[in-house]
Amino acid sequence: MTTETTTVHHDDANVPNEKIVLRVSDLKIATTSGNEILHGVNFALSRGEILGLVGESGSGKTTAGLACMGHFREGLKFASGSVSLWPRGDDTAVEVVELDEVAVRSLRGSRIAYIPQDPALSLNPAMRVGEQIREVLDIHQFGASDAERTERVAAVLVDVGLPGDKAYQKRWPHQLSGGQQQRIGIAMAFAMYPDVLILDEPTTGLDVSTQAVVLETIRQMTVANNVAGLYITHDLAVIKDISDRVAVMLRGDLVEEGPVASVLEKPQHEYTKMLMAAVPDLDGRKTIGEGAAEDPEPEPAATHILMSTGQSADSSGSSNSGGSGGSAASAKGSATAAGAIDAPLLQVTDVALAYGKAQILDGINMVLEPGDCTLLLGESGSGKTTLSRCIAGLNDDYSGAVRLRGTELAKSTRKRTNEQRVGIQYVFQSPFSSLNPRRSIGQSLTVPLEMSGEGTAASRKAQVEEALDAVRLGRSFYHRRPGDLSGGERQRAAIARALVNQPSVLVCDEITSALDVSVQASIVGLLRTLREEHHLAMLFVTHNIALSRHIADNLAVLNKGVIVDYGPTASVLENPTHEYTRTLIADVPKF
Amino acid sequence: MFGKVIGRRLIFSAFILIAVSLLVFGATLLLPGDAARAILGQQATPERIAALNEQLGLNQPAWQRYFSWLGGLFVGDFGTSTASGGSVAQLLSDRIGNSFILMAAAAIISVPLGIGLGVYSALHRGGRRDSALTGISLVFAAMPEFVIGIGLIAIFATSVFQILPAVTLAPPGEPVWGRPEQLILPTVTLILVVTPYIVRMMRATMIEVLDSGFVEMARLKGVPETRVILRHAVPHALGPVAQVVAIQLAWLAGGVVVVEFLFRYPGLGQALIDAVTYRDVQVVQAISMLVAAVYVVVNLAADVVGILTNPKLRSAA
Amino acid sequence: MSTNTNNLDDLKSAAVDGGEVPKESQTTYTPFFKRVLAQKQGKIGLTLTIIVLLLAFCGPLLLPWATGNTATEFVAKPFSPHGLFGSDNLGRDVLSRFFAGGLTLIIYSVLATALGMILGAIIGMLTAYVGGAFDTIIMRLNDVILAVPQLVFALLAITVLGPQGWVLVTVIGITHAPRIARVARSATLGVITEDYILAAEMYAMPRWKVLMRELLPNITGPLSVEAGLRLTYSIGYIASLSFLGLGLQPPAADWGLMINENRIALSIQPWGVLLPVIAIALLTIGTNLLADSFARATASTSVEA
Repeated sequence: MTTETTTVHHDDANVPNEKIVLRVSDLKIATTSGNEILHGVNFALSRGEILGLVGESGSGKTTAGLACMGHFREGLKFASGSVSLWPRGDDTAVEVVELDEVAVRSLRGSRIAYIPQDPALSLNPAMRVGEQIREVLDIHQFGASDAERTERVAAVLVDVGLPGDKAYQKRWPHQLSGGQQQRIGIAMAFAMYPDVLILDEPTTGLDVSTQAVVLETIRQMTVANNVAGLYITHDLAVIKDISDRVAVMLRGDLVEEGPVASVLEKPQHEYTKMLMAAVPDLDGRKTIGEGAAEDPEPEPAATHILMSTGQSADSSGSSNSGGSGGSAASAKGSATAAGAIDAPLLQVTDVALAYGKAQILDGINMVLEPGDCTLLLGESGSGKTTLSRCIAGLNDDYSGAVRLRGTELAKSTRKRTNEQRVGIQYVFQSPFSSLNPRRSIGQSLTVPLEMSGEGTAASRKAQVEEALDAVRLGRSFYHRRPGDLSGGERQRAAIARALVNQPSVLVCDEITSALDVSVQASIVGLLRTLREEHHLAMLFVTHNIALSRHIADNLAVLNKGVIVDYGPTASVLENPTHEYTRTLIADVPKF
Repeated sequence: MFGKVIGRRLIFSAFILIAVSLLVFGATLLLPGDAARAILGQQATPERIAALNEQLGLNQPAWQRYFSWLGGLFVGDFGTSTASGGSVAQLLSDRIGNSFILMAAAAIISVPLGIGLGVYSALHRGGRRDSALTGISLVFAAMPEFVIGIGLIAIFATSVFQILPAVTLAPPGEPVWGRPEQLILPTVTLILVVTPYIVRMMRATMIEVLDSGFVEMARLKGVPETRVILRHAVPHALGPVAQVVAIQLAWLAGGVVVVEFLFRYPGLGQALIDAVTYRDVQVVQAISMLVAAVYVVVNLAADVVGILTNPKLRSAA
Repeated sequence: MSTNTNNLDDLKSAAVDGGEVPKESQTTYTPFFKRVLAQKQGKIGLTLTIIVLLLAFCGPLLLPWATGNTATEFVAKPFSPHGLFGSDNLGRDVLSRFFAGGLTLIIYSVLATALGMILGAIIGMLTAYVGGAFDTIIMRLNDVILAVPQLVFALLAITVLGPQGWVLVTVIGITHAPRIARVARSATLGVITEDYILAAEMYAMPRWKVLMRELLPNITGPLSVEAGLRLTYSIGYIASLSFLGLGLQPPAADWGLMINENRIALSIQPWGVLLPVIAIALLTIGTNLLADSFARATASTSVEA
């Protein structure tokens, strides 16, 4: 898909307007070795409004945001263009990128404030939080007296919804939760009553419920202080929630800019349209990733073994018996015959796990039938990864039972039989970590076959190549190394590794959370296709409730180690029985 | 809380010293068959061998000898030197002070110098001054101390200039610091060996800290650069660097041996070489234990610095 | 933000954003050796090392040409009829002793380093992989050995066992091991949490295969740096011991020993000291520069522009 990526010039953003506080025109930024990163970006920020700056990784959105403060990260330098700032009570504009160091320093933190992505990394761990807020006031000589500054620290803490008392100010950053740390960051930014606020993905690391609170704080503070905000994010849903206008960036170009409603509902640019199509919606009105599975190098003719497996699965309704699957396939066949009458394909009974006092999982019961997909939803710390690893045999500290076709599995994967191991396959969260960088994709994908002792070297190679075709990578990836692959390609390779053995259950642990939204859509599309082709049962683990209607038949909501809601996706979403599920649905930014 | 952490470190330090004492004592059990004969040589008369066996307590079982030796260490009795016949404690007490002066002088100069140069290098990262400093410290970190020492002697004492003494002259009764100029070359040698490590570690740690989120945040708050470095960056670099400094100081206690031998400096190192040459086991054991004690003490100090500069450890540990 | 963001080829390609620091696996791969040689340190280091190695290995072959005089003067001046660099205090030709004196030092150093690397890498990988009480106990024992400087340890061993070649090699190698084990352990700990290790476990790969196939190839970077450093230190220690008169014994020709024997005459006949000093300095600087370039080559997978 090639798209023209010339920067748009929206007249309404560039006409003189007394509300405008900061204007970026034709901004170009290059690496010190001369590669241009931003190719001439234009936007303007108005008082009391938030401009959302959206883009996927590598689009240059953070670089553009930091340039508004006259800051360029190591290895980057200003090339050309202008950043003009109209500070409060001042008619003449200041040219931020042309100021000397002292002048630009006096603007930072006072006129233009920054709220960083990760508060845990951005607060100085060796300084008390009150002192860090106070530092801003001291440097910019706020007010007339010491007392006034002390008062301001307490006041701004109260403004962001934290206790302003001395004891709280004396805390260290590590003694606060992620949400509290981010509110300290917000307090620091608002302390000097700035004109412009640069927000760099301030809610990315936070849970949905914490995110809702932080977003609310930001919105209130922006309105109350009449500040112009630039909200940098990759999350279109958040943009719709918080900003008035939106600008879309693609590889250093600003491709579309306008009011939120018009851009998101009637996107003009190809890229924006594609992004919009890729964002999962809770209501499931659209189908994300449709056709995306076919995108990279479609070679459908080459997939004969997996295709035939798929066909046999379609006709018999039981699991596969195709190709060179040999002993494993026949063993599976007999197991199916024996257990198929009553036992479900995968059954989790009373699984519990505790480390000391911490109860990670508490009495989990789940059932998965062939061809079913259950979405296991949970926030960080809910125990969802622990549960999926117990099922895969990667965590053997649990009590209770995991049964495959009625047979109870040993707890550790090393003690399970070959067929059992082959039956349940697990795909890891991060594609950047799950493939050995020193080995070729082919070598990594051969491991499951090698360890189950099937076939000859040649037949293994053939199976791996077919799996690569099945995930639409193509067999040319056999000799490539993970370092040459994009995140999406790596995740496809990791899925292919889980498929080479023709499993009946696939456990996908947050497999799209490290990926851009457009890549996520194509992976979701791929999984949908694979389910149909191979009649796979799937456990899709995620924190993103918006994905549920796009992939799953059933929805299980996990909270603090307990499944609080479990049932068909539509009925759980429409009639949540548990309070937790209701708040989750309420907190998710609606799209 | 703080006390508990330190208490744990103290117990561990005691464990290390005990284990080292076992190791050092155990080594003597490896002495070939007849230890006394090995020490005195083939021409020794049976009477002398018997006397030495008596003196070393070799007639007792090993564990008894270990405990009486260990007990002696606590009360400052390091045994008897087989070479000179005098008490080891007496032999070493004259020399400890001399070695201490050398080490202290080297440490006092090289620690601040190394930290300063490391910070300077990190702040000019990638520039010409940084690569010059990095190159120089690589070269000096590579060379064994006697090579550096002989280079200095050739330049300042013999071949090029003759402005400094090449060896230490210490007439009995006169302290080494009576002639300060003879301390210069040994001290400079030690400084040149120790400083490069501190520079490199400080530079690496500073660069890591300067790239961290909170330093960028401080800059984006408008904090002046000097304050960014002194208040936000340097404190975080001190903890890791303290560990390296500790290792270097402990190394000084061992590396000083070669330097003292080279400059004929009347310190512990010189005594150790003599003792090894004459196979004077008691002296070697005593000096090994002293060196291990230095290691334990400086490491404790480094742990304290690490805890003090990290509030997470200070409050949570 | 990573600097290579504008060479993405299509809309769906996901580059690595500033938040995720590119790891070794995430950029185009240039072979390790090329990355080493692309750096100034690497080139200079390799050149210096090779020069001294050639000297040490070919020197003994040149002896018939270099000797051939038996000076009777106590100390002959350099550039005299008594040899190019004169003779030493026993009237032996300095140049021939210099040619002959490097081989043992280098062989001993390489052996000691190899011993330390093998022991250290095995201990470090096993402690990190097995973990638990085994890890704690082994690392505590490591700390005990670390409490005594290597040179002092060597002196202790020489006191007991005498100044013999195998003693030097063994004691230097064994005292290297805990230091190398620390590096190998922390490198392993950095890799062991990666999902590809877990994936190998999931497919029930035999544990020795996990160590050899999945772990070891991913820690060769830090290990090669450590090998370079340890070789530098081995040369330093063994030369120092010879210099102290506790390594090779007279009348052997050895650089460290030569320096010891000739330093009294430094002001009248400097070459007996300076030749070996320069050779040792060049060798250690060369290996140290190589170690440094290994470190830089490990840190980034592609050649810096």
